[in-house]
Amino acid sequence: MKAGVWAVCLFPLALLLYQFQQDNLGANPIDHVTRTLGDWTIRILLSSLAMTPLRILFGISWPLALRRLLGLFAFFYVCLHFSVWIVLDHFFDWPQMGADIVKRPYITAGVLALTLLTPLAATSTAGMVKRLGGANWRRLHRLVYVAAVLGVLHYLWLAKKGVNDPFLYAGVLVVLLGVRLLDWARRAAKKRWAGVTASEDLGLTRRRVLVLVSVLSIGLMGWMVWPVGGQAPRSGQPAPDIAGAPWINSPPLSLKDLKGRVVLVEFWTYG
Amino acid sequence: MLIRRAPDIKSSEITDEKFYLNRRAFLTGAAALVLAPCGSVSAAAPAGQPLPANANPAFTVEDPPTKFESVTTYNNFYEFGVNKDDPARLAHMLRPRPWTVQVEGHIKRPKTYDVDELQRMFPLEERVYRLRCVEGWSMVIPWIGYPLASLIKRLEPTSQARFVEFVTLIDPEQFPGQRKGFFGFSGLDWPYVEGLRMDEALHPLTLLCFGLYGQVLPNQNGAPVRMVVPWKYGFKSAKSIVRIRFVSDQPKTAWEKAAPQEYGFYSNVNPSVDHPRWSQATERRIGEFRRRKTLPFNGYADQVQSLYAGMDLRKHY
Repeated sequence: MKAGVWAVCLFPLALLLYQFQQDNLGANPIDHVTRTLGDWTIRILLSSLAMTPLRILFGISWPLALRRLLGLFAFFYVCLHFSVWIVLDHFFDWPQMGADIVKRPYITAGVLALTLLTPLAATSTAGMVKRLGGANWRRLHRLVYVAAVLGVLHYLWLAKKGVNDPFLYAGVLVVLLGVRLLDWARRAAKKRWAGVTASEDLGLTRRRVLVLVSVLSIGLMGWMVWPVGGQAPRSGQPAPDIAGAPWINSPPLSLKDLKGRVVLVEFWTYG
Repeated sequence: MLIRRAPDIKSSEITDEKFYLNRRAFLTGAAALVLAPCGSVSAAAPAGQPLPANANPAFTVEDPPTKFESVTTYNNFYEFGVNKDDPARLAHMLRPRPWTVQVEGHIKRPKTYDVDELQRMFPLEERVYRLRCVEGWSMVIPWIGYPLASLIKRLEPTSQARFVEFVTLIDPEQFPGQRKGFFGFSGLDWPYVEGLRMDEALHPLTLLCFGLYGQVLPNQNGAPVRMVVPWKYGFKSAKSIVRIRFVSDQPKTAWEKAAPQEYGFYSNVNPSVDHPRWSQATERRIGEFRRRKTLPFNGYADQVQSLYAGMDLRKHY
């Protein structure tokens, strides 16, 4: 299984090297390499965050063993991504890069995400887990959630209009964090039901804070994503009429005709 | 156990798309030859055919031109898709002939021109211009066309014509990027609209363009007719134009509609006015390794800065 992760994670890099050797990186090779490395950083990071939800949702626990390897590969790709930016893109133009980090929110978010991932990579060994103690180590490694949110924001903020990948990644991240959130809430409720001792109560408070933070970060993310995608949600106002859509199995309906009737709205798309 | 049947045709036997498309081009070429004597398609000029023009020595660039391959495979042309390789990949879907350009508005002689007629109206010349994309990359391209000013003078605009609006073809059949994507996301509010102030449109640098590199414009570069306004960011140069309108109010351009705080009407190349999300101080010339400094008005300041005398270019970005 681990061999599979190695193979999948090294494939994009191998492909880049092959394209380089074939002089087939396109008209703007630096841009192509930067984007490819960035894409794979997010993909691998999101996969590493998908292992726990697999257990929560389907009770499959063996993928948990892959988290560390995936996390380290994500870190590996983000380091390459960052190095390309420094060396190939700006060629050590420190003043320009410094100004960009301060002035450009998408670069700020990206650099911050990389900074947050660094201690996680550094403490990824079994020895470090022991030295820090399991509880501390787990607390530290929750930074990965923040890093993932920042990483997705980095892409959302830099992408030009019409590029939809960052929205896809944001959606996936919201689902992955949402599953955890629901699980925490469920467990917290169960614990309270069972009756709690004072010390556990403390743990519960902490968990509540965590839940709150997660809700806020997911909400924040939704808020960031929403207006970019088109219209802002118009809550508290009547829904706009459905115009321009082909009606498949009924004559066209209008909101006026439906007034006062129970309407079930089902959202679906071609898969 | 799953027993796989070998596919009927080995993938190695399937003709490479390149050749497949070539075959089609060959057939259209042959058809044109056969039909040519009838006179109806005599001027058909599909991409790739030579387009003779004399080089105008007054418009050259010291730097070497960007490779033809890069010019025709690294394009921003949202009508085909948002990725740089979409236009070259999907270019075959566009049919640049027959094609008409409707010229209308505040002019004495509104008319719908066949593009071949439009192309023959004035002598074609080759001009080498720098092209600077708002995204921070640049090219040097030998364009073929004639000054838009020549056409405008012939049309006799009235005093009410203060701006010129360029409208690109809207047809999702030919431009897959105009189709509605997932969740109704589509790149821009089609059709693509661009505009120039009258004095900008009349400037001798402003080119109505029919070709590049000695050839008829490839589809991915805006066939059959496009604008080239070299002192402005690339998106100001409308492609695949079907309508030229002379109007009295400043046109609302496609990118202004999409992101007004990022893309203004003027969009002159200006290293000291950043894009809200990135710096415009430097650019990467396609084919070069190190970034180079971006020049004010893309190096055409001597010729054009007087157009903007007294204007705050930070405000009128």
